[in-house]
Amino acid sequence: MSARGDNHNRRPLLKVRNLHVSAGDVEILKGLDLTVRLGEVHAIMGPNGSGKSTLTNALAGRPDYRVTAGEVLYGGKDLLKMPPDQRALEGIFLAFQYPVELPGVRNREFMKAALDAVREHRGLDKLSVREFNKLFQEKIGEVEIDPELMKRSVNEGFSGGEKKRNEIVQMAILEPKLALLDETDSGLDIDALRIVANGVNRFRGPSNAIVLVTHYQRILNYITPDYVHVLLDGRIAMAGGRELALELEAKGYEWVKEAVESGREIGV
Amino acid sequence: MATRNVISRKTKDLDSDYKWGFVTDIEADIAPKGLNEDIVRFISAKKNEPKWLLEWRLKAYRHWIKQNYQEPKWAKIHHPPIDFQDIHYYSAPVQKKSPEGLDEVDPELVEAFNKLGIPLEEQKRLTGVAVDAVFDSVSVATTLQETLDKLGIIFCSFNEAVQKHPDIVRKYLGSVVPYTDNFYASLNSAVFSDGSFAYVPPGVRCPVELMTYFRINTEGTGQFERTLIIADEGSYVSYLEGCTAPMRKTHQLHAAVVELIALDNAELKYSTLQNWFPGDKDGKGGVYNFVTKRGKAAGVNSKISWTQVETGSAITWKYPSVILQGHNSVGEFYSVALVNNYQQADTGSKMIHIGKNTKSTIVSKGISAGRAENTYRGLVKIMPSATGARNFTRCDSLLIGDKCAAHTVPYIEVRNPTAHMEHEATTSKVSEDQLFYSMQRGISEENAQHMIINGFCRGVFQELPFEFAMEASQLLKVSLEGTVG
Repeated sequence: MSARGDNHNRRPLLKVRNLHVSAGDVEILKGLDLTVRLGEVHAIMGPNGSGKSTLTNALAGRPDYRVTAGEVLYGGKDLLKMPPDQRALEGIFLAFQYPVELPGVRNREFMKAALDAVREHRGLDKLSVREFNKLFQEKIGEVEIDPELMKRSVNEGFSGGEKKRNEIVQMAILEPKLALLDETDSGLDIDALRIVANGVNRFRGPSNAIVLVTHYQRILNYITPDYVHVLLDGRIAMAGGRELALELEAKGYEWVKEAVESGREIGV
Repeated sequence: MATRNVISRKTKDLDSDYKWGFVTDIEADIAPKGLNEDIVRFISAKKNEPKWLLEWRLKAYRHWIKQNYQEPKWAKIHHPPIDFQDIHYYSAPVQKKSPEGLDEVDPELVEAFNKLGIPLEEQKRLTGVAVDAVFDSVSVATTLQETLDKLGIIFCSFNEAVQKHPDIVRKYLGSVVPYTDNFYASLNSAVFSDGSFAYVPPGVRCPVELMTYFRINTEGTGQFERTLIIADEGSYVSYLEGCTAPMRKTHQLHAAVVELIALDNAELKYSTLQNWFPGDKDGKGGVYNFVTKRGKAAGVNSKISWTQVETGSAITWKYPSVILQGHNSVGEFYSVALVNNYQQADTGSKMIHIGKNTKSTIVSKGISAGRAENTYRGLVKIMPSATGARNFTRCDSLLIGDKCAAHTVPYIEVRNPTAHMEHEATTSKVSEDQLFYSMQRGISEENAQHMIINGFCRGVFQELPFEFAMEASQLLKVSLEGTVG
């Protein structure tokens, strides 16, 4: 499953260089570098407040996250110049840490509008209502959400776990090139975690890439990352393979801090 | 009394955002400006009205003039004083004789309706909607007549009803909104020039939606329609009203009265799409819409339901109400009122419970954008006789931007201890989070906003007939263009 090695020579899908991002007056990312190629899964780990969610939100173009320095190339294009809907059309998908409720907007109608827009951008015909309904039902079934629940408004009356599963449904329907999963595992019980992880694994393939932000190594038991990065104080402090996550689990983030302070460099 | 024929001029477009803003070049038969007893007599004579109706108009006029041009002041609206002597109180398109079919209608009129997107022939053939089109207060065409005739349903202009069915008109005119009711109702009773009339006989379920399109055309003309709809015992009827007006630099006064009557076991549904010219971006021009709409659920188990989508008018002053007189009668009010730029709306409903076990529902959705002011004003009154009455009221306000305002003024008066009342109210903004979430899925900001607003209005839109719901949604989108970004 690993994409390491032979993938190195291909042009990166995402290239983040020296990224500085502020929220309000506080600088959160302080010179972050990250390179992601198609077919890869990157896990970004780190303690609370290290800037994990800031990274995914800044990449998706959320207002209030101000990029003060650095550059981001996505498919060779300047990502930071694009408004958020443009980034989505170009294939960036953010699975929200806190999915938003849209009262009165039905899930089906919301996803149809989104897919219509995305397909139009890709030069594809819109799906007919019948084709769309079939796809929608199929994707709902895969994450085991009650179809009755999906007749409601977007995320309204959904439990925390149902909201996260709905994000996976949306990802599966929109088929993005770059999926940013922002703590999609948090708040999930063990069954829901497995269901969500299976959804991600079904999606995973050579024509897309995943950046998975998480606190815990738990989800990595289901989704095997190609790379693990440790984010500390707004920078990637350490990077490695799957085994780094296990090491973190055993030693804690303090260990990374000490390693960085002692001048040890670990990287790819 | 001198009359003159004038040809209205083509005016330059004030504001191209208002897509209905054309003026039709037809000859109009127009009364001189101003109001006095002679004008009232003139209007009545023009209509060839029976004496009792003229007397009724004169009583209304005398009641109105006693109020010394003092308009009601309690609503939260602001406008310069209206010069009631600077308005034409009668204007009619000139026609040689009453048309008997669409092919006899002035082609320019038909063209005007086509521009409005109401091709009469199309509607007649495809949609099964019988259209009664009111153009500057005079009804010009009625379609699907035969179908209605067979069932004994009367659907015609008010004026025609006065001629052909004077007994029904006389029995019900002013029975829900008396000419003494309020300033504008008095004015309307004195000078109304036409309007729409419908009567559905006992036990008949009207198979088509009855529709009237209202339009103000002649400059400096007030429009005063009178609508009277009677659903006789055990009948059902759904009536649609659409309104548009061309753009004018000056304000235009529209003061209509609508009376609905539902007898035992009858159901009457009245839907409005109001898109009068709202004025331009700086608040110049636009229609003053001061309308009295009231229904009487007179019979046992009767039901009257108002649904309105209001996006137009510089000022809206309107409270569609239901008097729940019959035992077990039901009154409903579903409303979306959208104001943008400098528009003002003071609108809501009144539910007066008299009969036992009467039940009313009010769902009001107010949307404010630009510098607009939106006020919900509602009264729920439970009379001592109304044992077991129930009311549910829900008022939601949605704000777009930070210069607009929403106000909610509910009055609740309960005089029977068995009453059951519920009132819910919310105020919210289209949040950055909602917009970002939608845009992150590839939906443009404008479409995202439209979708969120549609969602907000869902509870009302689902009460509208399907075609009207689509049009309503489109109207909201057009009305909010440019409020994003």
